[in-house]
Amino acid sequence: MAVAQALELEPTAQSDKPRWWPAARRALAFLVVVAVLCVLWEGYKAVGMAIDGNLPCGQTRMPICPTDTSMPHLWNIFGALFQPVRRGSEFISVEDIFQSIFIPLQRCDKKISFVNILQSLFKPTEVCPVEPLLIVLIRSALFTWGEAAAGFVIGSLIGFMLGAIFGRFLLLERSLMPYIVASQTVPLLAIAPMIVIWGSRLGWEAWWSVSIISAYLTFFPVTINTLRGLRSPDPTAVELMRSYAASEMQILWKLRLPAALPYIFTALKVSATISVIGAIVGELPSGIPDGLGRVLLTFSYYYISGPEKLYAAILGAAALGILFSVIVAQIEKLVVPEGRRLEG
Amino acid sequence: MPENSPIISIQGVSKIYNQGKDSRVSALDNIHLDIHSGEFVSLLGPSGCGKSTLLRLIGDLLAPSSGAVLMNGKAAPQARHDRDYGMVFQQATLYDWRTVSKNVQLPLEVMDYPRERREARTREMLKLVQLEEFGKHYPWQLSGGMQQRVAIARALAFAPSILLMDEPFGALDEMTRERMQMELLRIWEQTKTTVVFVTHSIPEAVFLSSRVVVMSARPGRITGIIDVDLPRPRLFETREHPHFFEKITEVRECLRREEVKGAAA
Repeated sequence: MAVAQALELEPTAQSDKPRWWPAARRALAFLVVVAVLCVLWEGYKAVGMAIDGNLPCGQTRMPICPTDTSMPHLWNIFGALFQPVRRGSEFISVEDIFQSIFIPLQRCDKKISFVNILQSLFKPTEVCPVEPLLIVLIRSALFTWGEAAAGFVIGSLIGFMLGAIFGRFLLLERSLMPYIVASQTVPLLAIAPMIVIWGSRLGWEAWWSVSIISAYLTFFPVTINTLRGLRSPDPTAVELMRSYAASEMQILWKLRLPAALPYIFTALKVSATISVIGAIVGELPSGIPDGLGRVLLTFSYYYISGPEKLYAAILGAAALGILFSVIVAQIEKLVVPEGRRLEG
Repeated sequence: MPENSPIISIQGVSKIYNQGKDSRVSALDNIHLDIHSGEFVSLLGPSGCGKSTLLRLIGDLLAPSSGAVLMNGKAAPQARHDRDYGMVFQQATLYDWRTVSKNVQLPLEVMDYPRERREARTREMLKLVQLEEFGKHYPWQLSGGMQQRVAIARALAFAPSILLMDEPFGALDEMTRERMQMELLRIWEQTKTTVVFVTHSIPEAVFLSSRVVVMSARPGRITGIIDVDLPRPRLFETREHPHFFEKITEVRECLRREEVKGAAA
């Protein structure tokens, strides 16, 4: 009998590949995509330069001008990370680049230790004149991430509570949902300055306002998906609970909430990335000098003289959003069993 | 409660959906039925005859439009609050974020059993349905038949005196189905639980039941009750017994009589 039962089971994947194989395969796939994108970028540029931006058919120009100003070489973008932020000083040798990362730390904090490196990343006040872009980007990204994470937590909690309340009271959902949807159709650029001004009148720290702006963007997907997730159980799954004479709270905790988790995590992954966008947009009107918002703004002013810096900063901002989303996905792996996740 | 009083008593129950609207449907009309302790009763009929509705009325998952259901001498809502019955649906309805043993523990958690008793009871139940080794598996790792066995273990975990089953083997293939029927009879004999079993399969009803309640549709009514006196324990050979076929014919004719009457009217 036991053997027959074991045969009914799905065959457990007993492959001869080592445990790290799936992770390695994913990493490889990622690198291949990056490589293809790089080749496309440089290929477009090379072809474009060769034909001087004129397409062979008639008078048409290429949609994006392939000059170094519009599309800097990838190695220049990458190299910009290790060049000083201020213009006028250039690193020439590899040694210069190496020193550029450690000398500022030495100047700022005397000793080079892991703690000091972290501290110097978090202390934007001690700006050293020859700091390379990489250090500035990491420091700004961490600062922006702090704002985004606070906004993400606030927004997610509000979103979850709204979803739970709407799930319980249909009338509230019917009457309030249109406003929730409308809140997201108002351009964030219009709302951000208002929140900053209200915040400063209330005596808030500037970054609190930024977090609120970030929360304003993040709560919406969480509300929608929580609501959908709480309603996802089969009618019979609810009947089963009722046959045990379970209370409403028990039905919520033992059935609806666990059933909703995959939906909620899908929303959290989206929210993690848009919380970063919210924070960057919020930093602009609030005039916060320490975050990615200011970095992006500054480099866009000086785009003509140093386009690769703006590109590097954009890639940094994207990396931050992706990183945040990946962290949430990793937490999901701990919380939701494998067979229940909505996507791989 | 006197010795011979029924464990379930259905007294003039009617159920009308969408009462007072144009879409008004009379699902059940004036049903009377008594079920005694230790019986295995099947509710048999074509789809739409209200057999599932009747089962939900017994379990107080629906309220009757008129009439009353008594369970263990109590009104149905009281019996539900006293956890007098366990329920098994057509879909196993296992919670797929819980392992098999956690699923069996679910009713015990809801009913605040202490942990040691929960775990002991779960082991006992998994042994009863012969799935001891699968406690740590997740539902999606099991076949349909195994999932349904877990659902039965879960329904019996808190030792209810009554088991309500709504086409529990309807989604299984024929071979698995026959094996599950044997399993269920073994469990029924071992636990001495009263079973009310909804099905639309005539052989299934005859093979399992001590009584088959034949129902007809629009509005749902009981058209006949057939005692099945096949010897117990019922074995694989029972299905080849001439008396088994006689009973099947009897049930089939009872169903057909109604059809003819319906067509004439």
